[in-house]
Amino acid sequence: MKNEKKKILFGEFVTGAALTRALEMGPEAVVTEVKASNLRGRGGAGFPTGLKWELTAKQESDEKFVICNADEGEPGTFKDRLLLMEQPEKVLEGMAIAGVAIGAKQGFIYLRGEYVYLKKELEEAISSMEDRGFLGSRINGGDFSFSVEIRLGAGAYVCGEEFALISSMNGYRGEPRNKPPYPSEAGYRDKPTVVNNVETLCYIPYIVTKGAQWFKEHGTRASTGTKLFSVSGDVKHPGVYELELGITVNQLLAEVGGEGAKSVQVGGASGLNVAEKDFDQPICFEGLPPGGSIIVFGHQRDMLHVLKNFMEFFVEESCGQCTPCREGNYRLLEGVRMLEKGECSVRYLKELEALCDVMKDSSKCGLGQTSPNAFLSIVENFKTEILYR
Amino acid sequence: MSEMISVRIDDISCEVEKGTTILQACKSAGLRIPTLCYHPDLEVAGICRICVVEVEGMSGLQAACAFPIRQPITVRTNSPRIRRARRVNLDLILSEHYGDCYTCVRNGSCELQALAREYGVDRYRYPSTTAPKFRIDRSTAIVRDQNKCISCKRCIRTCIDLQQVSALETANRGHDVLIQTAFDKPISEVVCINCGQCINRCPTGALRSNMPNELLWHVIDDPEKHVIIQTAPSPRAAIGEEFGYEPGTSVTGKLNAALRRLGFDNVFDTNFAADLTIMEEGTELLTRLKKVLVDGDSSVRVPMFTSCSPGWVKYVEHYYPEYLDYLSTCKSPQQMFGALLKTYYAKKTGIDPEKMVVVALMPCVAKKFECNRPEMSDSGYKDVDFGLTTREMAVMIKEAGIHLKDMPDEDFDHPLGLGSGAGLIFGATGGVMEAAIRSVYEIVTGRPVPFKGLDVTPVRGMEGIRDAALTIENPLPEYQWLDGVTLKVAVAHGTANAKILMEKLKEGRLDYHFIEVMACPGGCLGGGGQPIPTSPEIRAARARAIYSEDHELTVRKSHENPEINQLYAEFLGKPLGQLSHKLLHTRYTPRGRFFTEGF
Ligand SMILES: Cc1cc2nc3c(=O)[nH]c(=O)nc-3n(C[C@H](O)[C@H](O)[C@H](O)COP(=O)(O)O)c2cc1C
Ligand code: SF4
Ligand code: SF4
Ligand code: SF4
Ligand code: SF4
Ligand code: FES
Repeated sequence: MKNEKKKILFGEFVTGAALTRALEMGPEAVVTEVKASNLRGRGGAGFPTGLKWELTAKQESDEKFVICNADEGEPGTFKDRLLLMEQPEKVLEGMAIAGVAIGAKQGFIYLRGEYVYLKKELEEAISSMEDRGFLGSRINGGDFSFSVEIRLGAGAYVCGEEFALISSMNGYRGEPRNKPPYPSEAGYRDKPTVVNNVETLCYIPYIVTKGAQWFKEHGTRASTGTKLFSVSGDVKHPGVYELELGITVNQLLAEVGGEGAKSVQVGGASGLNVAEKDFDQPICFEGLPPGGSIIVFGHQRDMLHVLKNFMEFFVEESCGQCTPCREGNYRLLEGVRMLEKGECSVRYLKELEALCDVMKDSSKCGLGQTSPNAFLSIVENFKTEILYR
Repeated sequence: MSEMISVRIDDISCEVEKGTTILQACKSAGLRIPTLCYHPDLEVAGICRICVVEVEGMSGLQAACAFPIRQPITVRTNSPRIRRARRVNLDLILSEHYGDCYTCVRNGSCELQALAREYGVDRYRYPSTTAPKFRIDRSTAIVRDQNKCISCKRCIRTCIDLQQVSALETANRGHDVLIQTAFDKPISEVVCINCGQCINRCPTGALRSNMPNELLWHVIDDPEKHVIIQTAPSPRAAIGEEFGYEPGTSVTGKLNAALRRLGFDNVFDTNFAADLTIMEEGTELLTRLKKVLVDGDSSVRVPMFTSCSPGWVKYVEHYYPEYLDYLSTCKSPQQMFGALLKTYYAKKTGIDPEKMVVVALMPCVAKKFECNRPEMSDSGYKDVDFGLTTREMAVMIKEAGIHLKDMPDEDFDHPLGLGSGAGLIFGATGGVMEAAIRSVYEIVTGRPVPFKGLDVTPVRGMEGIRDAALTIENPLPEYQWLDGVTLKVAVAHGTANAKILMEKLKEGRLDYHFIEVMACPGGCLGGGGQPIPTSPEIRAARARAIYSEDHELTVRKSHENPEINQLYAEFLGKPLGQLSHKLLHTRYTPRGRFFTEGF
């Protein structure tokens, strides 16, 4: 943690306290409290967590599951890794509370393949919590049992998408599927399943012990709480920061030593490129979408080259199921190569921008729906630089 | 009665059952939504994104084929946003597709081509693919041309879900996605059973049958050759679809006339050989049952499975090689016929079998593989020289300038041209079983089957697995051992259903005496060589055509076919006799999961 002001996530924490409190409150009250906090998912889509839990809690089923999405694959993000490394018990406790809320006895951490080195420590954390009665059967001597297993991801970015993740856990090709039905209805083994990001789950113990009202004192009205940002690129102090939602790009740059940047990629490859003229925009759900990755580009950077890297990433990582994403990303990359060689007409660039709109509008999953963001925003921000090289 | 939900689609309001997809709802409201990856027989994939529509309150466009209606919604199916998305997605596919339509078998029946026409495509929006990238992969039966593949995965869903063969799978990711065989081996070296069901469901020319048309013209045009065609029941009930008839129109007489005009020297009826199959297979069944029930012979396998579907035979060879003894040793009607033509018929007419060319007009792609099996030459020659599918024959007829609709009705040549109604219904799932029951019951009891109009309805229909039981009472003296025995039979179509039975057999829980399996959904009338498209409705229509034609025939039981009785009297002696054994029965090859075609 570079910033010394410990806001929420790295504040005081006593393992087990929140879980005990949640068990006293009972499932409905936990759901109500999380709903009241307005906590929104930190995995990218920003879905209200309380609502997701409520929908899953309502399902009648003999079995339900909690999955912690630790596939962290967005280029430039490493904030979940930090939580898993430094605060594994908080993640696990968040999962157990989700279990209380929805009525699940089993949780899984879907761990990114590259993070295999964290597996041992996480397993140690699980057994240590079991030894202390915070996980396993009959937690706190009551009726509630909750155990957690670790599943390793297959190394594909798309497996972070909740259905691709579930599909790969079910033993199939890691491919997104059509929604509805949602995981809350038919997820792992076709049972109601809550999928939450690591960071999302880490806020839960605080919301349970300190209350929704306290949580809402952070952030903005529509974007409550804080957010972890993995900051990289042309800054003096790269690293993970916990900052208030609603912070402007300028404020963020000041915090991390990135003043004088040419542009900032907010939300990683699938996020938006923000140019200097928009540095006064807030980063929050009602402003610049708050992805976990902040990449800062200095004035020496060639933005077309930056774009090419992003497009190569998407061409590589598209699962290839659906037309707009499979063919679209390939065409966008082809377009970038044409631009590099000065072979892309203004008219064809317009064609590619229309393609971006269709990809956003008709792709099957979030990957194809967000992959054109970088293209659109970089082309828009740096049209002259890109077209007249 | 399940819950009804009200929906508004454009300016139409309607009620649909909960769970109905937007696509189905649009269809019943009379609205056409373009599709590419959707197929009525297959699990929904929702991946081509051609069928997108607007659903009020949802931010992105939704795939109509994959969106179940669960609460009242308002849908728009035509807006600038929708048209643009469909058009761009279509253009993305087209630009990547090696679209050389006039050298493509699907020219005219291609769903991609039809969409391009529908959307008025007059240029490639993105730099287009001008040269083929992939080598063509060819087995005796199937041809794969990846250059035409649009990654809709219908073939995979067919092979994996519908047929449970899994010869095809998805390889790679993103733009490199390919439809591949295991380890990218040639299709001839994997578990493909040649059912051709993937071909029927491929929207493009990426999958097709291995067409022998040019070779066939060559022999037809050769005055030295005596070219005989035998036609199976299913092509007659379907080939009309290639000439503008409604599905379910039987064109037997016109087809015979067309085949003669095309240059075939004889036109025979495979139903004749189907009747022969019933005689042989029925006798084999009774023999097996007696050995098991009376002699307690544990080396004899019951239930006995039919063996006339070469796709099914290869399926067992690959997936259940240790159960090959359960298959009847009877050759399929096609192969029995070939063996007889080059022996009995050659002798009778004095035609040199060396100069005889036997063509089989079949609904089936696997028949090509079957006639090329090395053991299928018991006549001393290749028993059947060419397996030709319904689609391939339609091309030949068109090429010869013949208008099927204008043809007179003509009969088959005789002898070997008379088939009973029992032989005819081989074309539908359950037909072999029904034909066998009609004859076996009567042979054993001396009385016709106790079903109205000889229609053994319990084994009919399109249910994946059906079964029936028939108790034998007061049999003829020589079948006293069957008195009071309840014969249990089952019918399965589509190898996925057959697999269910085989797994039960493995577990020792399969309590039947006789089981009919057809590799293709619907039986032969849904064969991989039949006209495209296929759907449950089209197959049902073809089945109706076959069953109604059965009713019109005077001979409706195999053992009452006079030409069959003549054949036994003049040549074969008796069912399962020595000559039958040589010419009409065969053996199988255990192949396992990884085996090459071998020739
Ligand atoms: C291509 C793609 C990759 C994703 N990767 C991740 C990921 O690595 N971690 C994550 O938590 N969510 C990821 N998501 C979002 C998940 O689908 C899902 O929305 C999220 O895990 C829900 O958790 P939350 O509500 O707590 O954010 C990804 C989504 C897409 C479309
Ligand atoms: S949008 Fe991309 S990643 Fe998502 S399903 Fe389609 S091809 Fe796969
Ligand atoms: S697959 Fe269709 S579009 Fe492609 S070449 Fe063949 S007919 Fe033309
Ligand atoms: S012919 Fe049948 S077995 Fe072979 S690939 Fe096609 S569907 Fe699969
Ligand atoms: S081979 Fe045909 S059915 Fe299979 S994915 Fe390609 S186009 Fe679709
Ligand atoms: S037909 Fe609906 S997505 Fe392909």
